[in-house]
Amino acid sequence: MSVYLIRGGRVVDPAAGTDRRTDVVVRDGVVSDVGDGLDAPDAEVLEAEGAVVAPGLVDLHCHLREPGREDEETIASASRAAAAGGYTSICAMPNTDPVADSAAIVEKVWAAGRAVGLVDVVPAGAISRGQQGLRLADIGEMARSAAQVRIFTDDGHGVQSSLFARRAMEYIVGFDGIYAEHCEDESLAAGGQMHEGERSAVLGLRGIPSEAEELMAARDIALARLTGCRLHLLHVSCARTVELVRRAKAEGIRVTAEATPHHFTLTDAALEGYDPNAKVQPPLRTESDRLAVIAGLADGTLDAVATDHAPHALEEKDQELTFAPPGMVGLELALGLTLTELVEPGHLDLMAALDRLSTGPARLLGLDDHGGPIEPGAPANLVVFDPAARWKVDPEAFHSKSRNTPLAGRPLRGRALHTLFKGRPTVQDGRMSDRELAAR
Amino acid sequence: MIKHLLSMDQLSADDITLILDTAESLRQVTDRPIKKLPTLRGRTVCNLFYEASTRTRISFELAAKRLSADVINFSADAKSSVSKGESFKDTAWTLEAMGVDAIVVRHGSSGAPHQLSNWAKASVINAGDGAHEHPTQALLDLFSMREHFKDFSGLKVAIVGDIMHSRVARSNIKGLITMGAEVTVSGPPTLIPPQVASWGAKVSYDIEPILPGTDVCYLLRVQQERQSEQLFPSLREYAALWGLDARRMKMMPEQSLVMHPGPMNRGVEIGADVSESPRSIVLNQVANGLAVRMSLLYLMLGAPNQEAAA
Repeated sequence: MSVYLIRGGRVVDPAAGTDRRTDVVVRDGVVSDVGDGLDAPDAEVLEAEGAVVAPGLVDLHCHLREPGREDEETIASASRAAAAGGYTSICAMPNTDPVADSAAIVEKVWAAGRAVGLVDVVPAGAISRGQQGLRLADIGEMARSAAQVRIFTDDGHGVQSSLFARRAMEYIVGFDGIYAEHCEDESLAAGGQMHEGERSAVLGLRGIPSEAEELMAARDIALARLTGCRLHLLHVSCARTVELVRRAKAEGIRVTAEATPHHFTLTDAALEGYDPNAKVQPPLRTESDRLAVIAGLADGTLDAVATDHAPHALEEKDQELTFAPPGMVGLELALGLTLTELVEPGHLDLMAALDRLSTGPARLLGLDDHGGPIEPGAPANLVVFDPAARWKVDPEAFHSKSRNTPLAGRPLRGRALHTLFKGRPTVQDGRMSDRELAAR
Repeated sequence: MIKHLLSMDQLSADDITLILDTAESLRQVTDRPIKKLPTLRGRTVCNLFYEASTRTRISFELAAKRLSADVINFSADAKSSVSKGESFKDTAWTLEAMGVDAIVVRHGSSGAPHQLSNWAKASVINAGDGAHEHPTQALLDLFSMREHFKDFSGLKVAIVGDIMHSRVARSNIKGLITMGAEVTVSGPPTLIPPQVASWGAKVSYDIEPILPGTDVCYLLRVQQERQSEQLFPSLREYAALWGLDARRMKMMPEQSLVMHPGPMNRGVEIGADVSESPRSIVLNQVANGLAVRMSLLYLMLGAPNQEAAA
């Protein structure tokens, strides 16, 4: 029996389209009451005065590194990082070791997430066996497994063969799955360290042209039209891809897309000091690309903010830029970056921002328990955040096992106060809930 | 003077002039029977070379020794820390713990000297990093040009070859433009980055039209692997279209010079007869490298109140 009264918050609910100051009572895992001046004598009070109450955040794209690289992240540590960042559901990419290309592995990830119990861990399955792009992974068995995999991707790599991509889409459509692409033509991107342009030329670093992404996005959109498969484009980084998605949607093709906080926050200028933490794939691009990504999020062309949380061990990032693996952590920064970079400057209002962080990705993945609406009877997966809180990025304070971010010391606005997962606080007053810690 | 020399961007025209003037004074030392100054006595310079190099390493070693510094040479294979071997950062810390005053670093990875300067308290001198920069090469080239042409203003320099992958080209273009020279690049279109125009250089894919107006023709070494990457069809075609042979050299003005950072591929980017003609100052470049590196070490490490050299 657990009862919580979330008192005095501004409830912003993109699923219902409502934005009002009201109280919320959570009882035994579900929202039991929403209204003004609610009184629940048996409830523990979660103060939300001046704060925003919203559906818990949903991340379509993160790397949990388990199995295989438990020194960098585990399902438990990523779950804690996610909860601290306001998330109640995260989608685990399949590029683990071994690759999540069979029912046994996706079920293991799914079950480990349940055992940790801080967020719903939703495994994505690989498209191809071992993510080699040669033979189909056990797509049907993963879809029919306990993990009920809905989204398939070879993320980390794009599917290079157009024929293989077509076959995979044709197969996935039969399971009402989503074909998700890491758009990158590897022949154009080979050896690339950063965005190809003025800065890469000066820095003497091999570039990855925007066209490496654009070409595969265009191909996939054409194949989605051909096959009728749902297509999701991961981490869109450049203006032309945004435009391709916009046109494809106008044409009625079943395509969705996401963008990361780092692509709407940073540009290739972050590479000027050769910081390996600023190396990501796809690379940070130009200011006009950054603005196009923001415009895409604002008009809904891009459906979701997704972190591409990519933890790496210190020794792997602390070496020559050209040897360092690409990626940066994101689960604990996405809410703050969205509020600071998108909402505060007025690119998106709070409702739209929360749609991209929660409702949009929840609907995309078909997660009925997440993304709202916040109404009696709905599962209580919620976040309460202070939109005005000022803080600085401090990698030492991360719950993630990894610290790789070029944003250390950056001032942000807005931070999670309480995260409720299935009606219980995983984070309370900005700290991991003691109850949950004791259970670990 | 600057603490680290990572890029020619850091140097103003006045800085470059000071380095070249000091090199000129120091060069007189090399003409003495006892070729040594006490300026850096008790200081330690480490040559940290992750790429094979003969001339640059020897030049730095000799420059430091002529200034009485202690010199350590450390050669290593550049490897990811994931593979076996000590990481770059651990090596930096080890040198730091030994108390070196300057680290001269050559590395195949662009930006490695930048990263090293974040880790080490010692002065870092970039002796060539990936396709980024090779500032001491540019300084010695500027020195060599200044010996023949009093003024950089209006000096017309053609840089020919693989601009895309050349650290020598990047540093020279920056240094020459800072000093007021006019730079035109030429070479296979695949090896000329489209961004060159924004660096202030002109582009001519065809070499012959620019030769009559060229005071210095600077030829870059052709890397064999560029051919296997399909960046140009063959060495034969390269030589035919962009190689400087005697016929083409005759198109240049009489007082003009031919330069090359070495090692040369005779018969490819430079004709054998051209390399041995009086217009070629390749060996002066080598000799001047020593003076320029002495000058840099002197200015960066020498105590300011010590008496001036020579």
